[in-house]
Amino acid sequence: MNKKISRRKLLWGAATAASVALIRTVTGQSIHAAVPDPTKMPGPLPGPVGKRSPFEHPVRKPSDISSRSPLQDLYGMITPSDLHFERHHAGIPAIDPHQYELLIHGMVDRPTVFTLADLRRFPALSRICFIECSGNFRTGKETMTPQDICGLTSQSEWTGVLLSTLFREVGVHPKATWFLAEGSDAAVMTRSIPVSKGWDDAMIVYGQNGEAIRPEQGYPARLLLPGWEGNTSVKWIRRIELSDQPFMTREETSKYTEPIKDGKIRQFSFEIDARSIITFPAWPVQLEKGWIEIRGLAWSGRGKIKRVEVSVDTGKTWLPARLQEPVLDKAHVCFRYLWNWRGEETEILSRAIDETGYIQPTLGQLVKARGVDMGGYHLNPVTAWRIRRDGAVLFKPENWK
Amino acid sequence: MRTFFLILFLVLLLAFGRGDNTAAGWPLHFGFGRIATTKEIAALNISIRPDGKGLPAGSGTVREGRAIYLMKCAACHGSTGVEGPQARLVAPMGDTTRAKAIGNYWPYATTLFDYTRRAMPYNAPGSLSAGEVYSLTAFLLYANKIIDSEKVINAASLPQVVMPAKKFFVTDDRRGGPEIR
Repeated sequence: MNKKISRRKLLWGAATAASVALIRTVTGQSIHAAVPDPTKMPGPLPGPVGKRSPFEHPVRKPSDISSRSPLQDLYGMITPSDLHFERHHAGIPAIDPHQYELLIHGMVDRPTVFTLADLRRFPALSRICFIECSGNFRTGKETMTPQDICGLTSQSEWTGVLLSTLFREVGVHPKATWFLAEGSDAAVMTRSIPVSKGWDDAMIVYGQNGEAIRPEQGYPARLLLPGWEGNTSVKWIRRIELSDQPFMTREETSKYTEPIKDGKIRQFSFEIDARSIITFPAWPVQLEKGWIEIRGLAWSGRGKIKRVEVSVDTGKTWLPARLQEPVLDKAHVCFRYLWNWRGEETEILSRAIDETGYIQPTLGQLVKARGVDMGGYHLNPVTAWRIRRDGAVLFKPENWK
Repeated sequence: MRTFFLILFLVLLLAFGRGDNTAAGWPLHFGFGRIATTKEIAALNISIRPDGKGLPAGSGTVREGRAIYLMKCAACHGSTGVEGPQARLVAPMGDTTRAKAIGNYWPYATTLFDYTRRAMPYNAPGSLSAGEVYSLTAFLLYANKIIDSEKVINAASLPQVVMPAKKFFVTDDRRGGPEIR
């Protein structure tokens, strides 16, 4: 009897348990076990929040101060919110959205405090654009992925209110030329921004890819300056002060400035110049002879990408890649180029051309323009992947010092 | 007659009244948010401009600054500001280091006060008094050979300090187009 019941229980139990069976991976995560034939067993029932397939493991690569998006693991132009790169200066603050307030004051007619609910009442706008850290170029060894080289760029659909709407609401003084944007993180991070950007396309955003902004990205609200170096899109924004001069904060003087030729130091370098990177094939991919679709991302902080060119012969000849529509202003665009690899040793490269006529430079061109002592910000060189006869794909590191 | 004026008034109110629509159906003001009081602005407003606007009362000395530095800063920045492990702070202009420190890179002295008061020490940001920040500012300017050891730093003297690297700073001149800059 006992045995019979337990057998029935066991069968029923096995059926239900199998549908939600968990196994523990080497990294200690509990994941669903694959079933040999999923057509022979009902799967799990609907749940409140979706999860990635247990077979997919795209992860950011964190350091002490940032974490990089896995560009080589993504499809399309949107970065999943939990894989958006991170850069912050004193950790991620925990902010209660009901306590959140944004103060706009200084050279305005009506200094005003907006709650999050207030911000959401204003006419809303969504736009897809990238945010890229201006310190987004790493080189030095062959075994680097796109994530290692330039993973500090990501793209989201951002939703919020235009800053110009708020500027009109508070009555910005016509003589105001700069504003200070201040975050409520433990660094109380600040940047001075020209007022013209506020009237142009700046936003205060609270939505990211259809949900509330992630804490790492500035929850509950951040500044968004499309096309400008990421540091200026101040997260966790709590205060905007209109002024007639920049404040010369730490992040716009001792950081986010770059030495150029003749001992000069370039300041207020806001726009991100056009750039591209081949994300496939890239190290550590192993190629097989035959048709290969070269894939990558291109973007410009100055407008739309007009063209992306690909070279499969070490830069001797360049041919246009196909651009995936829609090609948006100040946004990542996917490019693709079909290539029949016959097993020869070569280098593959891409270069972006934006609507201003800017052509993504080589590292040599950047060194020529800025000098060998050039700083590490705003480096957007053409990057090459070496294809070896055995199908190995290696990054081609170029050093300039 | 009275009715006529009343109707005229209502028509004008509809046409030009407060919060009325523009041609695009967009009001001049939405009326969202509340007016900030002077008191709450003062409580939040900690910004400091290069001309000294925003600097609080108080003052500091190199001597006091050194003592505070050794107690609260040296663990991360090294006992003389060069050893780390965190950012190197001391490198007088002409030092052979490639590190960008206060003496050879920072263009404004006011930034030192502002940043220290906002964000330092890393494990207790915002915990220093105005006097402590003035003293630390004095000590770091002295250690970078920018002021002498007797100089008192306060709201009047700090904006007068000329930083040696200021002359190197130029505004970005990249403009898009075919030229690489």
